[in-house]
Amino acid sequence: MTDLDTFRAETRAWLEENCPESMRTPMPERETPWGGRNADFPNPDTKIWLDRMASRGWTAPEWPAEYGGGGLSKDEARILQQEMSRINARTPLASFGLWMLGPALLEFASEEQKKKYLGEIVRGEIRWCQGYSEPGAGSDLAGLQTKAEDKGDHYLVNGQKVWTSYADQCDWIFCLVRTDSSVKHDGISFLLIDMNTPGVEARPIKLISGASPFCETFLTDVVVPKENLVGELNKGWTIAKRLLEHERTMISAMGMGGGGAASMGGMEAMAKENFGEDGDKIANPAIREAVTNHKMDHQAFALTLKRAADEAKAGQGMGAAASMFKYYGTELNKRRFELLLDVMGTQALGWEGEGFDARELSITRSWLRSKGNSIEGGTSEVQLNVIAKRVLGLPDA
Amino acid sequence: MALVLTEEQTMLRDMAKQFFTEQVPVTNLRKLRDEESADGYDKAVWQQIVELGFAGILIPEEQGGTGFGPIGLGIVMQEAGRTLAATPLYSTAILGAGLILAAGSDGQKAELLPQIAGGELLTALALEETAHHNPKQVAMTAAQDGDQIILSGQKNFVIDGHIADKLIVVARTSGAAGDANGLSMFLVDAKAKGVTVTRTHMVDSRNAAMVSFDKVSIPAHDALGPLGAAMAELESVLDLGRACIAAEMLGGIEAVFDTTLAYLKERKQFGVIIGTFQALKHRAAEMFCEVELCQSVVLDALSALDERRNDVPRAVSLAKARLGDAARLISNEGVQMHGGIGMTDAVDMGLYLKRARVQSQLLGDTNFHRSRYAELGGY
Ligand SMILES: Cc1cc2nc3c(=O)[nH]c(=O)nc-3n(C[C@H](O)[C@H](O)[C@H](O)COP(=O)(O)OP(=O)(O)OC[C@H]3O[C@@H](n4cnc5c(N)ncnc54)[C@H](O)[C@@H]3O)c2cc1C
Ligand SMILES: Cc1cc2nc3c(=O)[nH]c(=O)nc-3n(C[C@H](O)[C@H](O)[C@H](O)COP(=O)(O)OP(=O)(O)OC[C@H]3O[C@@H](n4cnc5c(N)ncnc54)[C@H](O)[C@@H]3O)c2cc1C
Repeated sequence: MTDLDTFRAETRAWLEENCPESMRTPMPERETPWGGRNADFPNPDTKIWLDRMASRGWTAPEWPAEYGGGGLSKDEARILQQEMSRINARTPLASFGLWMLGPALLEFASEEQKKKYLGEIVRGEIRWCQGYSEPGAGSDLAGLQTKAEDKGDHYLVNGQKVWTSYADQCDWIFCLVRTDSSVKHDGISFLLIDMNTPGVEARPIKLISGASPFCETFLTDVVVPKENLVGELNKGWTIAKRLLEHERTMISAMGMGGGGAASMGGMEAMAKENFGEDGDKIANPAIREAVTNHKMDHQAFALTLKRAADEAKAGQGMGAAASMFKYYGTELNKRRFELLLDVMGTQALGWEGEGFDARELSITRSWLRSKGNSIEGGTSEVQLNVIAKRVLGLPDA
Repeated sequence: MALVLTEEQTMLRDMAKQFFTEQVPVTNLRKLRDEESADGYDKAVWQQIVELGFAGILIPEEQGGTGFGPIGLGIVMQEAGRTLAATPLYSTAILGAGLILAAGSDGQKAELLPQIAGGELLTALALEETAHHNPKQVAMTAAQDGDQIILSGQKNFVIDGHIADKLIVVARTSGAAGDANGLSMFLVDAKAKGVTVTRTHMVDSRNAAMVSFDKVSIPAHDALGPLGAAMAELESVLDLGRACIAAEMLGGIEAVFDTTLAYLKERKQFGVIIGTFQALKHRAAEMFCEVELCQSVVLDALSALDERRNDVPRAVSLAKARLGDAARLISNEGVQMHGGIGMTDAVDMGLYLKRARVQSQLLGDTNFHRSRYAELGGY
């Protein structure tokens, strides 16, 4: 047996023993394990599963063990992923800390910062939100105005962030702030702020899907210790952009559809249910063609994701992959939901109450939520601009 | 006929535009939604609509109406669509009045039409049984029992079902689901024994219901039109409904387009208004072309109905299919071009988006009408 075979056998045995039964079932949205100080666990197994995985660092399999991570190699991490999929294990922790902030800290933060923040993320103790966008700075992110003034032993932060996902439930916020107003990109710094600090206030905003996952975040005379600056002063833009690549990779995974109510596999079955069967075929030719087109797009996208992963392993980089995947994945996801509406007819148009089952209602809400996929993390237009400029070398107007 | 409005129709449009903009703005729908209105429509607004003569717009003057015909109806619906006005116009002034006019006996017309025009009677069409419009697939049965008719079955997506006084029920007196023959229509009191109406809450915050009929017994003379042969009249009125929904959709996409265009001229990023970016400019110009085509097909469908042309079904399917596609495109772009704020409930883009999908399903979505258009064309 090779080392990897041994690792697989041990991992399988450990998961078998430690993954609670209920953590091997599809996850209802309200059981999403966001962690944090205010975490509630409607299903107590969620907490058990999180703690067990975190004790091995397997919430962040590839992060170094010295910071609480699993210290696994890429191959080992892939095996862990495969073994988890084998038993349909839920993700033990969902977190902006894991997906976005952590990787940026590993690259740019000081030793003390890594020691302090990464462990908290791995264990799901602190929940982070992202303070980038402002009312006047969305696509033009570098136009941000929230100011951090140097007051000797601390920074004094004033300004407003907006569309801050989950800010009202988060413990800390990673913020882009202006530390030099005389220049644009070179006057931005990356600052970590405890949301418990006086002067931080998050007000929820209602979305078209009815939920209120994002907020306006007001920062008024907020005192932030100097040690909370990540990287060098006025060098925040580099960190910001790297972090956005991680964010986009995460969002683009939506193109794959995940599991749950709207998963790809169900599409043709639903089409047959709604339009009948003609032999093995979906009886309505237009719907059949639309479903087929969609499935083929989906497969081509999946292959491209795989090719990028394989190339990354082989040490080659696919240029601007993150922007391409973000663009394609989110547009694909939006198309999938529109097609589901066509397939399901009026049953996909319920809001609440009688006449619609839970799966149908969740598809309606997810359809509405999907409209934000091509806006959050940089709009589709911004991704196309980035590809045109950075990959294709096409000059600005 | 030329595809332009007459002077009289232009006056009607201006009046409707002013009424809906001033008296029934989008905040009216928000209020109904947020206050969880039990009726789901504003009775005071409906009273004003009645006074303006819109409730009886299809009904001849002798029977208390204003007799403006299909074009007049379409004009009013377009303006109502612009502000997302939630009224019983569709269920009562269009389908109810339309079906009674087309299939009713002289007695039924004399009794019911003045009530509709006078705002005393609300109707709802109980037609759909599955998640997709398909009149031929009606399976609900109507059995003859002496001089009574016994209705049994289940209907869904009954627009205004829970506020209607009378239901117009499509059921089978013979044949099987899939047959065009054998369908009949009946006028059923919404409070009749055995009728259960359950309001459903849909994404557009407008009225719809499920209605079940448990051996509902009605006198045979409450049939609307001859038994077993409802299809022709039904289809002709459904075409009127489809054209009017297309007109309402047109008003909706015009509102989204106008609002979005204004936003492109106002929102600044990178130190310039976002309308500077060619990526958005061209898409706005494309939407403009789309809206222009939509205006043509809607007006032609309404004119065909007005003039009783023999290509009504094709003209209507052309309009309904095109508006379905255009509404999807433009409502999506409305959200996307607004960026983050487009995803919030505070701006109206989401309300139009939600309404557009329900309108699209009403009386046949794009797939249904594209396929019908081809069938009618013999290919
Ligand atoms: C669901 C959701 C969650 C979010 N979560 C967060 C979060 O947690 N933290 C955070 O900081 N932000 C978050 N955002 C904000 C998001 O990053 C911004 O909304 C996004 O970057 C767009 O900015 P904007 O809303 O100001 O739109 P704008 O930049 O004003 O864009 C308006 C329109 O103009 C287009 N446009 C702008 N510039 C150009 C150009 N140069 N060329 C062509 N078209 C252009 C845009 O693509 C868009 O269609 C979230 C957004 C959403 C929808
Ligand atoms: C959430 C988010 C994530 C992002 N991630 C990345 C990333 O990872 N990498 C990256 O390189 N960028 C990223 N961007 C885009 C980034 O903000 C910039 O848009 C981009 O890098 C261009 O840099 P810039 O700020 O110097 O903009 P600029 O170079 O000033 O211009 C940006 C865009 O606006 C257009 N533009 C500007 N001024 C005008 C004008 N007067 N007339 C016409 N067009 C004009 C340009 O054509 C260009 O496409 C992201 C943006 C957001 C909102």
